[in-house]
Amino acid sequence: MPKTHHVRVRLNGVDHEADVDPRVLLVHFIRETAGLTGTHIGCDTSNCGACTVLLDGRPIKSCTLLAVQADGSDLTTVEGLMHDGQLHPIQEGFHQEHGLQCGFCTPGMMMSALALLGKNPNPTEQDIRWAISGNLCRCTGYQNIVKAIQYAGRKMQQGASA
Amino acid sequence: MIQQTSPEIGGMGHSVKRKEDRRFIQGKGNYVDDVHLPEMVYGQLVRSPYAHARIKNINIENAKQVPGVLAVITGDDLAKAGLAWMPTLFFDKQMVLATGKVLFQAQEVAFVVAEDRYAAADAAELVEVEYEELPVLVDPHHSLDADAPILREDREQKSNHIFHWEVGDRLATQKAIEESLVKAKVDAVFQRCHPAPLETCGCVADFNTATGRLTVWLTSQAPHAHRTLFALVGGIPENNIRVISPDIGGGFGNKVPIYPGYVCAIVASLKLGRPVKWIETRSENLQSTGFARDYHMTAEIGADPDGTVKALRVKTLADHGAFNAAAQPTKFPAGLFSICTGSYQFPNAFCEVDGVYTNKAPGGIAYRCSFRVTEASYLIERAMDVLAYELKTDPAELRLKNFIPPEKFPYQTPLGWSYDSGNYRAAMDKALEMAGYRELRKEQEEKRKKGELMGIGVSSFTEVVGAGPSHTFDIVGIKMFDSCEIRIHPTGKAIARLGTKSQGQGHETTFPQIIAQELGIPVADITLEEGDTDTAPYGLGTYASRSTPVAGGATSMASRKIREKARKIAAHLLEVSEEDLEWEPGKFFVKGAPSKAKTIQDIAFAAYTNLPAGMEAGLEAVHYYDPPNLTFPFGTYICVVDIDKGTGEIKVRRFIAVDDCGNIINPMIVEGQIHGGLTEGLGIAFMQLISYDESGNVQGGNFMDYLLPTAVETPNWETGKTCTPSPHHPIGAKGVGESPNVGSPAAFVNAVVDALSHLGVRHIDMPITPWKVWQILKEKGMAE
Repeated sequence: MPKTHHVRVRLNGVDHEADVDPRVLLVHFIRETAGLTGTHIGCDTSNCGACTVLLDGRPIKSCTLLAVQADGSDLTTVEGLMHDGQLHPIQEGFHQEHGLQCGFCTPGMMMSALALLGKNPNPTEQDIRWAISGNLCRCTGYQNIVKAIQYAGRKMQQGASA
Repeated sequence: MIQQTSPEIGGMGHSVKRKEDRRFIQGKGNYVDDVHLPEMVYGQLVRSPYAHARIKNINIENAKQVPGVLAVITGDDLAKAGLAWMPTLFFDKQMVLATGKVLFQAQEVAFVVAEDRYAAADAAELVEVEYEELPVLVDPHHSLDADAPILREDREQKSNHIFHWEVGDRLATQKAIEESLVKAKVDAVFQRCHPAPLETCGCVADFNTATGRLTVWLTSQAPHAHRTLFALVGGIPENNIRVISPDIGGGFGNKVPIYPGYVCAIVASLKLGRPVKWIETRSENLQSTGFARDYHMTAEIGADPDGTVKALRVKTLADHGAFNAAAQPTKFPAGLFSICTGSYQFPNAFCEVDGVYTNKAPGGIAYRCSFRVTEASYLIERAMDVLAYELKTDPAELRLKNFIPPEKFPYQTPLGWSYDSGNYRAAMDKALEMAGYRELRKEQEEKRKKGELMGIGVSSFTEVVGAGPSHTFDIVGIKMFDSCEIRIHPTGKAIARLGTKSQGQGHETTFPQIIAQELGIPVADITLEEGDTDTAPYGLGTYASRSTPVAGGATSMASRKIREKARKIAAHLLEVSEEDLEWEPGKFFVKGAPSKAKTIQDIAFAAYTNLPAGMEAGLEAVHYYDPPNLTFPFGTYICVVDIDKGTGEIKVRRFIAVDDCGNIINPMIVEGQIHGGLTEGLGIAFMQLISYDESGNVQGGNFMDYLLPTAVETPNWETGKTCTPSPHHPIGAKGVGESPNVGSPAAFVNAVVDALSHLGVRHIDMPITPWKVWQILKEKGMAE
């Protein structure tokens, strides 16, 4: 067996550490070692984006990173979106605008959207469509996802100015 | 018309926000791969690299040496238990693990079980299989050649022919076409594609050695039927099998069949006495599980010079791959393909289909489609456009001329269907108006003068959904009814369970809306559960847009049974006779004295506390609904495209979708379904293709090669509706999930062909890629 490595990450504000095989994918670390199954796996070629999480604020596909590469980083997954029992505006937006159907792509989609809104609080429709172009959805046709992200953008701006 | 309830009750017609969202947006959905059980182990399939090869030897010794490996199962092991083969859902059988030879690339050859998924993958790599390659049959047009290799040595019939099926009057149709002054013909391939739900297929099989019970968490659109098949094939008493279909990450028909991986996981759990998880990778999903379409079709129309259609003749070759694993009603070898006369009055029609084997993955399933209606709709809508070019008439005008008029419903088609209701002109008129059709045609004319390429595609589809009436519809003998059980609790809250299974359609919201409509109990007070065969009543599941037409009918009828009992209780409470009571959603009141009323909540409490003498306690009902007919949703779609002469790139500028699905339960959800289905149609028209090279290597076997629409290619959809209720459905609803996927491919293709029609182009096979278009432009001297 290969030598294990000690990996320590801050995951949704909580420290997680474990000894893992060097080949363990970050998505498996998140889902199986840390037990957070909201991050999904939809392909094996980094195309679908269901596994998108934020690593130090940037969206990454956690199926394409090894857990050891994430050592020392700050990770946010869908489970980290709610605060004080309140839905994050992005979660609210997906619910209000019917931005999800089967829900499988939704966590990754929301993380990509959040990264966009973090650097561009007032994106155009085209900005949004390009920002989520690495996240496939088979149910919604994206139209309501775009609306959901616009909803969240408005709400976050209101929150910021309030 | 349906009486509108208050927003608080949230019955039919309200865009109630989805109840299921809350867990999904928090990452708290529970999909099969999220199931984690103590002592759980992992399975991995070993698959064939060859499309057709004899297995000389399988050496599992090295694989067994990998630390953590618990079992390596081969076809020979399964054969000893009589499980090397399993029945498909359509009068054929399929190898679970190959014995003797493999028949398609990625076919299942061995199953490795290990303590963790990485060890299982390591060991699978070390299973050594010695193959002797055999001649490969890829092109279905050569399946019946005299020198074609016979693929299925297990069958008595030494031929690659599976079935011949025909319907209609061959001779009358032939005569009518011969006598017609105008003829149109199109050869169209509806290419092999794959539904590719974002969640792949998988299961967790847990055989409890102490109780003898088997629990299977399964990506299943039809958990009850799957339980019965596991019992019949595996010999496990059905009461000892519990199938749980938890949250499903999209299905689109892909999760209707039973796959070898499920059987292997169950066998492994029986053998090891531990829970076994098997989750396929995306590549495995695309390469081995239910593909769709692969219909090679010819349509001929005979018409009068004024455009009146006289006859339709359809001939089709169906490629089913190595095993006929179609999942469709048993009396319909080509599904509901004979809906191919579409929205038009054809006095004569004839349709024949031949199914053949090839060295490809088995299928074909109905991809967001009511059993081949997508192929049928595409073909007739393409053929009508070809006829319009022959007649030099506008394709919308030609359709308007030939539509079945509203007064002719119920309408008997020459191929045996009885359409329930329709107003095709209304949907067309609305679509033309929304599109600004005349202006678009003017714009096109002006653009053509400038050498620019713009096309307008029209498709006026008729769907056939809601399978189906038990006299005609069954799957492996099980009648295609569906069910609903409702229990009203003493405090007036309720739980309902159905035989269907949502994969994103929003059942947890829409079915409570039906109950809210019928009983006046607020949607918020109704919990809906599906997918657990231990608790839900038996039903055939969710596919072919059958949930609302069939289980929706059951929900309505079960609610009405409860309402009838509620009436008796209300009469008792109000001390009047039942005839003196009137109902409005939520309460019974005394005629002429509306203040003397009992709410459904009062009545529910009384059902457990203050019953009339002799009445059975409780307030619940179950209904198994056998629909009297199918339902026939319809609509008109208009697509506008612009083509870049330099690159062949097609831009969908606008897409107008007018749907008529009868009475609507939740307009928001219906619109969402239409957006999604149109996007899948876009992918099919322009991107999605599973093809094979001459050696039978699958092309398009992963998401690098199998293109799906992203947010960037997908346009904003413009939706509209008309409403023609189904006359035979309890709530007048028809079903909608598949209409956009059925009706849209023809609209896209018709638009592209229309853009090039002045160059003599009459047909282009899907997927229409920029490369294909550019080749045509080059040939026509139009490429820049």
